[in-house]
Amino acid sequence: MDITLIYYLVPAMIMFCCGIYGFITRRNMIAMLISLELMLNAVDINFVVFNRFLYPEAMEGMFFTLFAIAIAAAETAVAIAIIINVFRAVNNVDARDLNKLKN
Amino acid sequence: MDYSQFLAMKQEIGLLVVFLLVFLYDTFASARATGATGWVAVGLFTIFTVFGFCPMVSEPSEAFAGMYSTNAVMAAIKNILNVGTLIIMIQAIRWAKQDVVAIRRGEFYELILLTLFGMYLMISSRHFLLFVIGLETASLPLAAMVAFDKHRYESHEAAVKYILTAVFSSAIFLMGLSFVYGLVGSLYFDRIGIAVAESSMSLMLIVALAFVIGGIGFKLSLVPFHLWTADVYQGAPTPVTSYLSVISKGAAAMAFLIVLCQVFAAAYADVWEWMLYALIILTITIGNLFAMRQKNMKRFLAFSSISQAGYIMLGIMSCSELGTAALMFYVLVYIFSNLGAFGVIGAIENNTGCVSMEDYNGLYRTNPRLAFTMMLAMFSLAGIPPFAGFFSKFFIFTSALSQGSVAIYILVLIALINTIISLYYYLLVVKAMYISTEQGPVPTFRSAGSERFALWICVAGIIGLGIVSCFYNSLLSIAGV
Repeated sequence: MDITLIYYLVPAMIMFCCGIYGFITRRNMIAMLISLELMLNAVDINFVVFNRFLYPEAMEGMFFTLFAIAIAAAETAVAIAIIINVFRAVNNVDARDLNKLKN
Repeated sequence: MDYSQFLAMKQEIGLLVVFLLVFLYDTFASARATGATGWVAVGLFTIFTVFGFCPMVSEPSEAFAGMYSTNAVMAAIKNILNVGTLIIMIQAIRWAKQDVVAIRRGEFYELILLTLFGMYLMISSRHFLLFVIGLETASLPLAAMVAFDKHRYESHEAAVKYILTAVFSSAIFLMGLSFVYGLVGSLYFDRIGIAVAESSMSLMLIVALAFVIGGIGFKLSLVPFHLWTADVYQGAPTPVTSYLSVISKGAAAMAFLIVLCQVFAAAYADVWEWMLYALIILTITIGNLFAMRQKNMKRFLAFSSISQAGYIMLGIMSCSELGTAALMFYVLVYIFSNLGAFGVIGAIENNTGCVSMEDYNGLYRTNPRLAFTMMLAMFSLAGIPPFAGFFSKFFIFTSALSQGSVAIYILVLIALINTIISLYYYLLVVKAMYISTEQGPVPTFRSAGSERFALWICVAGIIGLGIVSCFYNSLLSIAGV
């Protein structure tokens, strides 16, 4: 069987949509963070696949993926630190409890 | 490798040097001397800001195989951001003296310099890899700054909302970029521009651009993507809120202009013109309508800044040098007006702890100078003639109209009607300060010297920028009209 571009793009797109769905529906902040990671990883797959199948003469997509992974790690580190702070303040990581900023 | 190409990045290198010096001072100075960290940072940054106006900084140059480039327009917008950051750093000195903040005060100045570095990269990049790195360098330290008051619950809630939406928006943005890469095969701005001009319009390009506009729209808090703004602005410490509302927004607007008008210029009429029409109308109108209902001053200015972002976007519509100059001038005036308002809010919050609009009733009788400054800022934000805000709105409407289609006239008409609506809620604040008497006003206090100094600069800017025409003329000549 011939494995073509589409065999990679469709799972990546499904992953991305799962990430968006999870980000919107999950109320645990750690789960929301995992959903965000799913979205970022779907982007990485996209870049690598486009590079490998469409433009194999240059490595631009691969390098972009390397940087994107590093940036995603930094984002997660900051987000986890903030979530730990919230946990120490309210003993909870449920996003529904974060609703005190209103008029 | 040729290391001399780093010399092309004069402003970035200068900013890093300032950052390192502040960091070293904060780390190694004796416990008594760290009290002066704020003034050391302000002093070094003042020198750096003056350095930015040297003619050699604005010479066009590029580095890293064309990934980075700078020219007079970029140097000018960086200088504008520098001036705003300097005012915020002066305003923050009083806030950073509080006991809960004092032990970490050096970190505040370091983080502010780092985010500014990210914005520099974002503005100067000529390749989407550098652009993304700049975008993240700008938004991640900002999340840490929003969470800076770690003993206050509101700060935590705001920080969570900010970081989660920031990562979500950058994921959407990166998805759009991956489509662009799939279409074009390169991430260089000029190559994407050529490829977009040659290829016919495809569905994939529309999806990619929608994702890219959505991603940057989050940073600018344009309307379908604005839901984080009010909560984050309310919960963050006041100096961070003012930084978010002027500097972060100004840099994002300039980056937006570069991405849309240089990279995707060929897709203007087919793809993104109508997207921007919808975004601008929604942003201005909804920002205005929600601002009327707010009782908290920081929340009120959050919605006001959403509608101001809509006006800034009008500068992008014409996609010309005139639009670039008008956008830069608008950002400059917006910096002075909004920082004037935030300076008054910060002074009152630091001295009395009040942030709700009811506390401003009768402010004129107890603190007439603060009330007068606030009134000037509100008039300038609303666009009342002798003040700078009128001229910036006038120039941005003129630049949009220079495009000349019927649709743009309707758009500008809607924006004009919204200006009149915005007068209502800006004048509500003035009415509370000057006319309302039913409640006991906040007691008379004397604000700190640093706060007064920053407010004097803002007042000078609000009055001077509109009347002294050389500012706009020099921006016009820089943009090359």
